[in-house]
Amino acid sequence: MAKILSYEEKDTWIHELSGVTKLIFFLLWCLTSMLTYDTRVLVTMLILALIIFKISQTEWKQVGAVFKLVMVFLVFNVLAIYLFSPDQGTAIYGTKTVLFHIAGRYDVTMEQLFYELNVVIKYFTVIPAVFMFLVTTNPSEFAASLNKMGVSYNVGYSISIALRYIPDVQGEFTKIKHAQEARGIEMSGKASLISRIKNTATIIFPLIFSSMDRIDVVSNAMELRGFGKHKKRTWYMGKPLGRNDYLAIAFTVLFSVAALVVTFADGSRFYNPFG
Amino acid sequence: MKLKFGIKEVVAIGIGTALFVALTQIQIPTGIPNTYLQPRMAIMAFLAAVFGPIVGAVVGLLGHALGDAMFYGSVWWSWVFPDGLVGLAIGLFAAKYAVKEGGFDKKAIILFNVAQIVVNAVAWIGLAPLLDILIYAEPVEKLFVQGAGAFLGNILIIGILGTLLCAGYSKIGAKSSSLSKED
Amino acid sequence: MEPMIEFKDFSFKYRAQKEPTLRDINLTIMPGEKVLIVGPSGSGKSTLAHCVNGLVPFSYAGEMTGTLRVGGKNPADLGLFGLSKIVGTVLQDTDGQFIGLTVAEDIAFALENDNVPQEEMIPKVDEVAELVDVKKLLGNAPRELSGGQKQRVSMAGVMVDDVDILLFDEPLANLDPATGKRAIDLIDQIQKKKKTTILIIEHRLEDALYRDVDRIVVVGEGRIVADTTPDELLVTDVLEKQGIREPLYITAIKHAGCRIQAQDKPMHMETMDLESYRDKVRAWFDKTEGKEKRPDSASALKVEDLYFSYVEGKPILQHIHFDIKKGEMVSIVGKNGAGKSTLSNLICGFYKPTRGTICLNGRDMAPLSIKERGEKIGLVMQSPNQMISKPMIFDEVALGLAVRGTSEDEIKERVHQTLKTCGLYPFRNWPVSALSFGQKKRVSIASILVMNPEVMILDEPTAGQDYRHYTEIMDFLKEINETLGITIIMITHDMHLMLEYTDRAIVIADGHLIADDTPAKVLTNEVIADKAYLKKTSLYDLAVGCGIGNPSEFVERFIAYEREQKKAGKPDKREEEEMRADG
Repeated sequence: MAKILSYEEKDTWIHELSGVTKLIFFLLWCLTSMLTYDTRVLVTMLILALIIFKISQTEWKQVGAVFKLVMVFLVFNVLAIYLFSPDQGTAIYGTKTVLFHIAGRYDVTMEQLFYELNVVIKYFTVIPAVFMFLVTTNPSEFAASLNKMGVSYNVGYSISIALRYIPDVQGEFTKIKHAQEARGIEMSGKASLISRIKNTATIIFPLIFSSMDRIDVVSNAMELRGFGKHKKRTWYMGKPLGRNDYLAIAFTVLFSVAALVVTFADGSRFYNPFG
Repeated sequence: MKLKFGIKEVVAIGIGTALFVALTQIQIPTGIPNTYLQPRMAIMAFLAAVFGPIVGAVVGLLGHALGDAMFYGSVWWSWVFPDGLVGLAIGLFAAKYAVKEGGFDKKAIILFNVAQIVVNAVAWIGLAPLLDILIYAEPVEKLFVQGAGAFLGNILIIGILGTLLCAGYSKIGAKSSSLSKED
Repeated sequence: MEPMIEFKDFSFKYRAQKEPTLRDINLTIMPGEKVLIVGPSGSGKSTLAHCVNGLVPFSYAGEMTGTLRVGGKNPADLGLFGLSKIVGTVLQDTDGQFIGLTVAEDIAFALENDNVPQEEMIPKVDEVAELVDVKKLLGNAPRELSGGQKQRVSMAGVMVDDVDILLFDEPLANLDPATGKRAIDLIDQIQKKKKTTILIIEHRLEDALYRDVDRIVVVGEGRIVADTTPDELLVTDVLEKQGIREPLYITAIKHAGCRIQAQDKPMHMETMDLESYRDKVRAWFDKTEGKEKRPDSASALKVEDLYFSYVEGKPILQHIHFDIKKGEMVSIVGKNGAGKSTLSNLICGFYKPTRGTICLNGRDMAPLSIKERGEKIGLVMQSPNQMISKPMIFDEVALGLAVRGTSEDEIKERVHQTLKTCGLYPFRNWPVSALSFGQKKRVSIASILVMNPEVMILDEPTAGQDYRHYTEIMDFLKEINETLGITIIMITHDMHLMLEYTDRAIVIADGHLIADDTPAKVLTNEVIADKAYLKKTSLYDLAVGCGIGNPSEFVERFIAYEREQKKAGKPDKREEEEMRADG
């Protein structure tokens, strides 16, 4: 199994923040980055994201493997955009400054390069935020803080159970896959598509059925210990919002509003250096 | 419609999401570029068929967002929401499939597949590219080709693996009183 | 004093079933009592427990007659939540019961649901964690804990509620023998400290009796067939009739032709008065013959100087070497997490060894793929549910051949042949779901057997099964071992299994091979037993107590005698195996 991003305990003020604060930051940050195509805003966000990433003391070994994977996707995506639409930049910015010609309709234009640069920066503003959110948020405290924010504790607990059982399910999957491989069932290989799906089914079947049993056991266990008895519940890992939380939330909201105001001030979400 | 939301549903969402996330990287190449079959989609469809629209929708949304974030370090929101929509729509007819009660017969299989094909079309050829245009302003042609790929992959895997899962699980629930030993 | 639990003329019938599962139950349990409930699978003992904790009828519906009082109240009035304040249940599946992301949260779970403020919760959790000795683990996630630790967390999780009754559902099922001993000891301490009423449901009687219990209730076919003190019960033949295994030392004394007397306190081997049995046991030892040595055969599976680690510098297995001969039946034992499963993963080719070789029939297997190895070495997983992927029995058994492109006629012939060997032929057109757990297990063995493997590896083949099913499966394995000549390797921590069914035990502790000897020798060697989290067999103590100089020979002779008796006396039970009705 590939290494996945997970929480690691460290002593920084970002780790200390409530999970909800980080969730609000994360969601607003993503939203802002989605809406804006203003290069000035994107560059500011990129610099801020890198600073936050640095403060959170996240190390390369925690995120390196995943980062490389993102890079592969990014390169593919940038190339795909060019292949499908070499004049997307011109369509957006309204000018066409050809640098050189490749073949057919494929020119390399300043506008296209600039547009694709913006796409890349957009990715790069979000990646550190995702990393930061996942490696600094204590999952136990997260469910508690969601509930405090007004989200039903049922939902909070669903997330908690999901995080609790991801490693178990992964382990179970590997075990079942091995046993079926020994019987001669392979998921990849040169077989036809239909037989590949069938082979996958022979691994998924036992996994699903044992998971259905597990759903029964876990819900019995929760019921026996009084889950769902009251409208509210308290949280062992709950933490009240502190001064830093309010400051962080205020900053996030202000920044997002400011960023969007700057972006849309001229009526377009794009910053146009060519006009 | 199965709108009940009790402990079982809470746990089904939790463990369902865990399954969805754990299988994020299990993909079957189809031979068509950029089109992979994702067994996790079949699992979501199965859970939606058994537990109803809420479980289906939340497993899709949460599973996709968490899986993206944990394995790929970013969240493609434009693909998260369509996933939730697929789970929701398939789950709407949960009571009609009666998977647990052993009622997943030919009629249910047809309903299940009509539902999944319609909603997959809406989600991947409609919603996902639309969101992508709004969010990323990417070229329209690219998005529709991508969307069509996802549509194709998803109706295939849900149609085959999803149907098999529901039918298999339904058989377990079926009564077995008519069995007799043979020599 | 008012009884803590009181059943009066109580009967219960599940909604989906025709016959009642419990009939005419009359049972009174007083506050502070410690009661062991035993009975074979399907006897109704779990239903009885579910009536106490409220899963019946609140989660599993049905009709009841007669009366039941728990804590002096009617469970119907209390509801599941009300009952959870009186009865704390520790489930068999410690992974399923561990709900929190960390130990502390899991212990606090019931308090959280009850809206206890955080300031009160934290000291309370600390206090209970101290009691079950998991205080140092409060911040750990479940995957960082052993089975025994998880179980202690489960205990803490129900004890935070200050419950009056603690109900343990097969607490020993998933633990190695030494950890099981510790669990029984802990339950005993808790009862003494907190005066809690304790109900233990367990079919491993000898292990459960490691500490005193006040009474044993035997359930059979939905009725209570005995309700008496352990000393009184062990004198009777009730256990044998119900298919529950007696403690081995009791069986041995009976073999020697003695009638056991209750006043000699047969509950524990250590404190039993052996005076009146000593001579007869010694005489029996002298006249009984030991096992004949099996002739040496060629090597089947040979492991040489095997090392494995995921991360450099953190070896999981070190310098493992053994040579298993053709046709042997061998157990690989050791505590959970000692590296047993890693070893089977290396043999099957799921992982590559860091160093060393594994040879099959003298040939290095390194160049073989998983699939190629799978044709010669079959792996049967612990739970049949982890393997079975086809709804129909025939298809499941045929799967391994079908994916290898065997012709349809040949598949049909070989599958039918295998189903006959496994006693499943009459069921060949049934769905797997109609089978009992033991039959499913047999299907998963058949699906491996059909490929004609030379070696079969079974992971915990008897986990979670009562004595009758255990005997059935093991006799069946012995049969294929003897008639087909297949070499069988079992990974287990079941001491009875290694003692009774295998000729050789390979013991692994902390990644090292610490013994490769007869099970009788391993289980009479305190140092090895301790290191491997096994425990000495009570036969050893009996031999010592009777002044027999060579305890391991005593164990060998006991086993040989039992096997002889089995061969001579008992008819093939499989013929009459009934179709599943209970579940």
